[in-house]
Amino acid sequence: MSNPAPQDRAPEDRKDSMAESAATPPAAAAAAKRGPSVATRERRDGLVNPSGETPYLVVEDLSVKFPTADGLVSAVNGLSYSVPLGRTLAIVGESGSGKSVSSMAVMGLHDRKRTRISGSIRLGGDELIGLSENDLMKIRGDAVSMVFQDPQSSLHPLYTIGNQLTEAYRVHHKVSKDVAKKRALEMLELVGIPNPPRRFAQYPHEFSGGMRQRAMIAMSLINDPKLVIADEPTTALDVTVQAQILDLLNNLQKEFGSAIVLITHDLGVVAEMADDVLVMYAGRCVEYGTAADVLANPRMPYTWGLLESIPTVSAASERLRPIKGLPPSLLNLPDGCSFAARCPYVERVKGELCTTQLPELLPVDGAGAHTSRCHLHDKASIYEAEVAPRLG
Amino acid sequence: MLYFVARRLVSALSVVLATLIATFALFFVAPTDPAGAICGERQCTQQRYNEIRQNLHLDRPKVQQFAEYTAGIFTGRDFTTSGVTQHCAAPCLGFSFKNDRPVTEMIKTRFPVTVSLVLGYAVLVLTIGVFVGSMAAKRRGTLGDRALMTSTLVVSSVPYYIVALMVALYLTVLYPILPRGEWTPISENPAKWAAGLLTPWLVLGIYNCTAYARYSRGSMVETLSEDFIRTARAKGLSDRVVTYKHALRSGLIPVVTIFGLDVAGSLGGAIFTERIFDLPGLGVLVLDSLNSYDLPVIMGTVLVASVIIVVMNLLVDIGYSLIDPRVRLS
Amino acid sequence: MSETLLQVRDLKMHFPIKEAAGLGRTKKVVQAVDGVSFDLKQSGSLGLVGESGCGKSTTGRMITRLLTPTAGQILFKGTDIAQLKERELRPFRRQLQIVFQDPYSSLNPRQTVSNIISTPLRVHNLVKKGKELARVQELLERVGLNPEHHNRYPNEFSGGQRQRIGIARALAVEPEVIIADEPVSALDVSIQAQVMNLLEDLRRDLGIAFVFIAHDLGVVRHFCDEVAVMYLGKIVEQGSRDQIYNAPQHPYTQALLSAAPDLGTIRGVPPKERIRLVGDVPSPIDPPSGCRFRTRCWKAEDICATQEPLLEIKPQSSPGHTAACHFAEPKVDLTAATA
Repeated sequence: MSNPAPQDRAPEDRKDSMAESAATPPAAAAAAKRGPSVATRERRDGLVNPSGETPYLVVEDLSVKFPTADGLVSAVNGLSYSVPLGRTLAIVGESGSGKSVSSMAVMGLHDRKRTRISGSIRLGGDELIGLSENDLMKIRGDAVSMVFQDPQSSLHPLYTIGNQLTEAYRVHHKVSKDVAKKRALEMLELVGIPNPPRRFAQYPHEFSGGMRQRAMIAMSLINDPKLVIADEPTTALDVTVQAQILDLLNNLQKEFGSAIVLITHDLGVVAEMADDVLVMYAGRCVEYGTAADVLANPRMPYTWGLLESIPTVSAASERLRPIKGLPPSLLNLPDGCSFAARCPYVERVKGELCTTQLPELLPVDGAGAHTSRCHLHDKASIYEAEVAPRLG
Repeated sequence: MLYFVARRLVSALSVVLATLIATFALFFVAPTDPAGAICGERQCTQQRYNEIRQNLHLDRPKVQQFAEYTAGIFTGRDFTTSGVTQHCAAPCLGFSFKNDRPVTEMIKTRFPVTVSLVLGYAVLVLTIGVFVGSMAAKRRGTLGDRALMTSTLVVSSVPYYIVALMVALYLTVLYPILPRGEWTPISENPAKWAAGLLTPWLVLGIYNCTAYARYSRGSMVETLSEDFIRTARAKGLSDRVVTYKHALRSGLIPVVTIFGLDVAGSLGGAIFTERIFDLPGLGVLVLDSLNSYDLPVIMGTVLVASVIIVVMNLLVDIGYSLIDPRVRLS
Repeated sequence: MSETLLQVRDLKMHFPIKEAAGLGRTKKVVQAVDGVSFDLKQSGSLGLVGESGCGKSTTGRMITRLLTPTAGQILFKGTDIAQLKERELRPFRRQLQIVFQDPYSSLNPRQTVSNIISTPLRVHNLVKKGKELARVQELLERVGLNPEHHNRYPNEFSGGQRQRIGIARALAVEPEVIIADEPVSALDVSIQAQVMNLLEDLRRDLGIAFVFIAHDLGVVRHFCDEVAVMYLGKIVEQGSRDQIYNAPQHPYTQALLSAAPDLGTIRGVPPKERIRLVGDVPSPIDPPSGCRFRTRCWKAEDICATQEPLLEIKPQSSPGHTAACHFAEPKVDLTAATA
């Protein structure tokens, strides 16, 4: 019933499990199943995660562009992040920020003919970009799986839950229907669906919203994936059910030790779930660091704006301070910082730097893993003196 | 489920009854004179006219006539012409005095022809039409898709009877690449049965495939953009399984409705095809009886057609509930 | 003390449904709203909070008479409008406006903004011919849109701007009450705050009273002086903002507050006390006997199944704070401890 205590996920535990898997010969069935070999991981990965651990998923300089009749839509620009096993990265942003698009790229779910993807996506050290559709298919749903926002529309309405679960298992395992059914029942039990044998034979419309999302999670975990991408997994659910599902995801992560990329617009969910946070704006990462750093010591005016916009349950602040204006068009991104047009601190930067030169993603304190993309010099003092008091 | 079927049966029966009354009313109550029509204009004497009226029981009250007609369907009835009594066994749909045969018997000989024709047609449109549509949907926006859709538009903008006539004339008569249409019962010689129907099947099937390709393309394009298709791909299923298992089942639902009504309509007589390819089906029977004012035959065929439509509708609904578990209760 | 504008008394909405059963058919009833009462003061703001299926939207639709209640009274300035015929209702329609959740489907895509906003003006004869455009532009400016854009179509606007158009349409007839049905839940966070501020301005400057329907407890806390928490068609707790958020009495309110993900919690910092409800909301077709919440309640005892708790002021609670629970007791500190 309770949230997993943070102590349970001590870094030592994770390192142990990593060492274990690294020691396993790559030929071992379990490791081989996942494709990318674990032993070679460290050698190939240059990138380190804010936690300092060796990451499982590494995204480097990822760009996703869609050619359209109106021009080239730059949905994601030069995005880099990494997630180790057992850790949760939350990608936060508003609609059109590129948070879903970037994750669909990790799954290789974009229509190849309509998308231009560049950069690097490495899973356990193995490059995904440039893989053939056939090779990607082997990874999808197996090493990487996805939980979608709306379980109502994301489950096939015409097949039973059992059918959909066993199908997911049998794509990646050459087993009989009975074996797959056993596994499916196990998973339904695991995600807390009462009376699995009866539920197995039912259709999605006979499930409630929360139960559907549980079934969706059961399906995405059925192949024991190392990376789970959860795209707004609770946005379509009621508050009390949302809490149940978030708890479930947390508990399952402890059990399976998988890496989670959580895509959300809800900073409250981020606060409860994430180890690391990446804030996206107009297709770019604007701030990246541990959840404690980003939420407690944000160093980018957009993040400040988001925090100030939220009416919280815990405090009725005076007046909300919305971010003025609208996000820029992805067809025609401005020179300089894409947030400049809405940023209340532009005048504090000398010259016209904000509108002419794109700020780099740099460590906020000169070194360290907390980075932000902003020209402001005295971000820390502005936050402490002006923003933090308003947040209460 | 039981309730659903029971309710549908009741509504189906009421539709058939309404059709029965309507056709009956049309020919016997409306200000036309069936006896006069049958009698003809030239050699019609008053005596012959009266005799016809008597034979047809036209001298009796309308309600009684209707009751007799309806009762005939269930129990059969006797007709007397010029002193000769003929029994029309149940289900008796009347007696054609022009042909001196019970209507039921006439329909019975014609029905297998039309059924054979429609059967082949149904297989063609469902396989080729839906397949082509799905392919186009999968490749929507590409050159192939556009070429395919343009060609279906071109084909379907030429009237059907012209296509059928041209094929019959050029491909079976002038350059006999395809066998000429003719009717052989399947019980007699299956090979000959198929050969005689091949050309009409192809013409009717391919022509209408274009429409089916467009329906199913539209429906599939919509389905392929659904969230559950994305889920299916995220599971690691191949493109083929995603399209032909996950998408097609949903995409077929709207096509099934059109298909059911289309087949029902064709079973009532594929007039052009039967006429052009010389197949003695229901459509030709309707045409002939219209030409000769053979009212009992017209009534009988209309009634049969309405029963077919009602039955097909029922089948479509049952088909729905098989495809889509969500409609089972309603 | 300002005057009471709207009094809702024991409002009920029961939708009949037909269900097949064997060869026959059973008639059942969805008790979407089952006996809801509240008051709304002039320029007040009442929040209706609850999860899907609790009847909050249905209540809003009944007040604006988009639905005719099965039973109960809706007294607007003393006149019961619950069962009025369309013609008698017309003057009241002007007073009670609604703003919908989805800014995409609630605006006709084939009408210009000017047309959308001026239609209610014409229907109610509120403006002289020739003055319509000026009024439309005034309204657009009022909701923070460029008045020059009156000739555009809804699809040329973003979600937040469309919601502003919807608000301008409601404002056109100078209503005294606006029912805002999840007005910001389809919007992005930063845009949400813009619209919230706009609604607040309208309330302050124009003295419009709001019934604010939302599932987001943060938004409601921010906007509403009075809050009513609904569960399965009934109000389970009602009181002022502080009463509800700082000293909730009903277990369901406590669970809701506890479940709301809050910025105050940061992973690693042990959070506030957690209440986790099990299962989903039961079907309103066949709600649990007695207290409707008892199937998910950790405090439930035998009495809860047999005796329906009344919505009443509990001995321990402050004036005006009602709760419908046999075992109500205040719980503080459910929301994260932010200093």
